[in-house]
Amino acid sequence: MEPSARYLYYPGCSLKGTGIAYEESLLTTFRLLEMPVKELPDWNCCGATTYMSVSETSATLLAARNLALARQTGSKDLIAPCNACYLTLRKSQRLVADYPQIAQETERFLEQAGLPRLDSVRVRHPLEVLYNDVGIQRLRELTVRRLQGVRMASYYGCQAVRPYGEVDDPHEPTRMDEILRAVGVEVVGYNLKTKCCGGPLTGTIHDVGVRLNYILLKEAMRLGAQAMVTICPLCQFNLDAYQAEIRKQTGEPIDMPILYLTQVVGWALGGDYRELGLHRAISGRKLLEQWFTVRKEAETYV
Amino acid sequence: MERQIRYQREADLEWAHQFTKHPGCERLLSCIQCGTCSGTCPLSIYMDLTPRQVIALVREGFREDVLRSQTIWLCASCYACSVECPQKVSITDIMYRLKREAIRSNLYPKRFPIPVLAREFCDMVRQRGRNSEFWVVFRMAMRSNPKILLSMARTGWELWRKGRLSLRRERIQRINELQYIPATSKEVD
Repeated sequence: MEPSARYLYYPGCSLKGTGIAYEESLLTTFRLLEMPVKELPDWNCCGATTYMSVSETSATLLAARNLALARQTGSKDLIAPCNACYLTLRKSQRLVADYPQIAQETERFLEQAGLPRLDSVRVRHPLEVLYNDVGIQRLRELTVRRLQGVRMASYYGCQAVRPYGEVDDPHEPTRMDEILRAVGVEVVGYNLKTKCCGGPLTGTIHDVGVRLNYILLKEAMRLGAQAMVTICPLCQFNLDAYQAEIRKQTGEPIDMPILYLTQVVGWALGGDYRELGLHRAISGRKLLEQWFTVRKEAETYV
Repeated sequence: MERQIRYQREADLEWAHQFTKHPGCERLLSCIQCGTCSGTCPLSIYMDLTPRQVIALVREGFREDVLRSQTIWLCASCYACSVECPQKVSITDIMYRLKREAIRSNLYPKRFPIPVLAREFCDMVRQRGRNSEFWVVFRMAMRSNPKILLSMARTGWELWRKGRLSLRRERIQRINELQYIPATSKEVD
């Protein structure tokens, strides 16, 4: 894309795999908003929570390479849609700023690798870009269709709102609710908005991971939500992929669509089913089809 | 409930003292043992030691007890405790530091999948610059408990059908730049 793209985009591993619908819906939404996004060339793994468990220095240097690459392109805003990428990139910036020894190591690494020194690249999250750069008012104006009578629970997951971020208030986040209401979605008062989904635990200590997701889903159901809206590929995957297993274990009739915020916003802005990756859901497929395709005549056009 | 008595002479106070010098661990001694961390933690009920107990043991110098615990591996780094702690103790960073030391000193529970995952993940990133979700999970399972692959098959199949399972082994172009990241040393960083 042309060099004038203001926003750089750091996909991370999930948005090329299990979270591909997040990439599809993000790019569609930003296209509809006429805000061009360019993928960071030759990005490397952010290190996630895992690299930090092995070496703090290496984890910081890995993140630093991405930030240096971002600086090379001249863009100031680097969008990291995955909560783990977002946190890791920001945490490494904080470590470099707060600890001279880490700053020194980072400088040495960048010099050896022939990369530019770190500068003020801003790591952004799509939720906060939608809220701050687009704004609630404009989202409301740009909405071309509304879902009627569908109630959703907004779910942030853990890392986006924690110590290194500026996505939303860590205790009482409200921005996702505001965005959803602006595009015509009814939201329920979900109290587990920032309760952790367990991240990679579903793959390692499986029963514990599934249990955490069961709690999240069950509470959303109890509140009368018909779908959950996420902003992290791992949350979406965990909540979406294990519902059949939860049904079998608990007998609860859970079959709930787990959406990405960018799918809901993108659809309201006029994006279509497939380009928003809505066909990639595992749970709640009937409802998704009913809401986003079949029931077209019931949409209120505004 | 089984109780173990520990004596002060078994504690390594020098280790505890050094511990507070690492990034994020500086406020260890400010802990007032209120238990907010354990109350906030979504995983504490599955842990052998609660986060509060981990903090207490670390600062008294009971090194092996914490390094051998499952708690540090169950911590999913959600940072809820760090955000809620009234004393601003960065419990998540303390957990990270303990994980690193447990790996370095080979004290983690054997065939416990999480440290295995950590190693496989880092190896892959080091060699290729990126990790591929499928391959890292596959290698983790092979080295910890291959049977879990069976239970994963159904989810894998669902993902495959939806185009969400990539078998591509990702690799960055300028992989040579990563050689300047120092290899993990014996020393915990």
